[in-house]
Amino acid sequence: MTARKALMRRFIVWFCVRLNSAVAVTLPKRRTANKLAALLVLFSLALLWQFVKLVFNLDGRTLPHLWEIVLAFGEPARRNGPPLINELLNAALFTAQGAFFGFVIGAILGFVLGTVFAHVPLLERSLVPYVVASQTVPILAIAPMVVIWLRGSWWSVPIIAAYLTFFPVTINTLRGMKSPDPRALELMRSYAATTWETLWKLRFPAALPAIFAALKIAATSSVVGAIIAELPAGVQRGLGGAILNFNQYYITGPQRLWAAITMAALVGIAFYLMIALVERLALRNIVR
Amino acid sequence: MTPVVTLTNVNKVFGGGGRPQTVALKDINLQIEPREFISLIGPSGCGKSTLLRTIADLVPPSSGEVVVNGKSAHQARLNREYGMVFQAPVLFEWRTVLHNVELPLEIMGVPKKEREQRAREMLKLVELQGFERHYPWQLSGGMQQRVAIARALAFRPQLLLMDEPFGALDELTRERMNAELLRIWHETKTTVVFVTHSIPEAVFLSTRVVVMSARPGRITAIIPIDLPYPRDVETRESPRFFELVTEVREALRRGEERMA
Repeated sequence: MTARKALMRRFIVWFCVRLNSAVAVTLPKRRTANKLAALLVLFSLALLWQFVKLVFNLDGRTLPHLWEIVLAFGEPARRNGPPLINELLNAALFTAQGAFFGFVIGAILGFVLGTVFAHVPLLERSLVPYVVASQTVPILAIAPMVVIWLRGSWWSVPIIAAYLTFFPVTINTLRGMKSPDPRALELMRSYAATTWETLWKLRFPAALPAIFAALKIAATSSVVGAIIAELPAGVQRGLGGAILNFNQYYITGPQRLWAAITMAALVGIAFYLMIALVERLALRNIVR
Repeated sequence: MTPVVTLTNVNKVFGGGGRPQTVALKDINLQIEPREFISLIGPSGCGKSTLLRTIADLVPPSSGEVVVNGKSAHQARLNREYGMVFQAPVLFEWRTVLHNVELPLEIMGVPKKEREQRAREMLKLVELQGFERHYPWQLSGGMQQRVAIARALAFRPQLLLMDEPFGALDELTRERMNAELLRIWHETKTTVVFVTHSIPEAVFLSTRVVVMSARPGRITAIIPIDLPYPRDVETRESPRFFELVTEVREALRRGEERMA
């Protein structure tokens, strides 16, 4: 367990360094200003939290102190157990696995669907309404069904996560693929280019900004989807299980639930930042 | 000499099937000889862009025949026998200037080394050597359009189709680009079909000016331009130039009156 934690820490450090160098493309003055602004916002939110607690005189059960939540990370959640942060990190890693696979499945499916829809208007007209309708069904209702269909296999977690992620990727891939200037399409026709060539040389690069925007949304959705999926699947090892657990024992320590929520948010942010980094690298030559 | 382009009784009607019909082209008959510079000029809606696209096989005619280099327009497009330049440069913003010029060569399967060499030659021709690694957003409108011209000529087509390529540029840049284009035309020995709104531009560039009118789109007059090449700033200021500009303008007005 210690080895894995050490690895996680190294990964986080490496990631922050890479992100910093990617961000370093901006002017030093602007960079510092951005960082200061972000810290300021964080600080203000913390102040607001404590202010609300003070003004409305909220007790520990309704809204624990911020430092209580921070401290809770260091203390064991169970009697004679390891510190909460260890448990939560393991749970986060486990959920991240499910979210990652769900993200990849959803992204591939969304990309393929969006591309097909862009090329076959008949399919677009007939199927997009159903794609949209699929998202209006509450995922809490779908999740248990998927678990039953897959006979309680762990794969129900990534599949439910993919359910949330494929939609934005489909819609934005479709939009992006249809975005080129009609004259650019005429140009490709004047070269007698095949549909395939037009796809890879024109439509796909033109669609990348929209696709990345969707991938960012999908990154955070995949974490949410994975957590929700863990509930009916009865998966104890992930953040879903942790949240459910601390929800049940809320009375004994509300700050632990908040700690679990914070960890879930951090996983989502980490996913988002990874996509943002890739986007920066891929789109670095295009100025908007 | 076999004509490069022959249009016989070409008609184009848009719409139909419940929608209101527009006769974009009516009874177009035109022959273009090799190494000519033909301008198509007329008011908006006279069908000049449609006519250009008919030659390019991007718009099929409703009736009539379009023959390019002795074969159907469709076959000529499949054989990549023409290059096209639009009013907007339509460059791929994710590609460098050099990479943009290489685009048609990529599609035609030209090997990498040869592609790069030819693209560099073309950029030299349009006097943009040194800008190979730049991105389109770093260039001015005129420079971007020159890249588009380099791209259109990259695979050395015999025919160059241009749809108001300098329309988005200011007057001074436009006049300079006109001179550039004549030089490029002379060096590459291509045939050019050029759509424009500007009478002086048409007269300055062409061997013949085809005057069109609208509703329905048709050819009103074909005016030969007997100004000697090479043409330059002095040509623009000569009395003969002014006479020809007037002749074209009169033909345009005649076309409009007949419509009214």
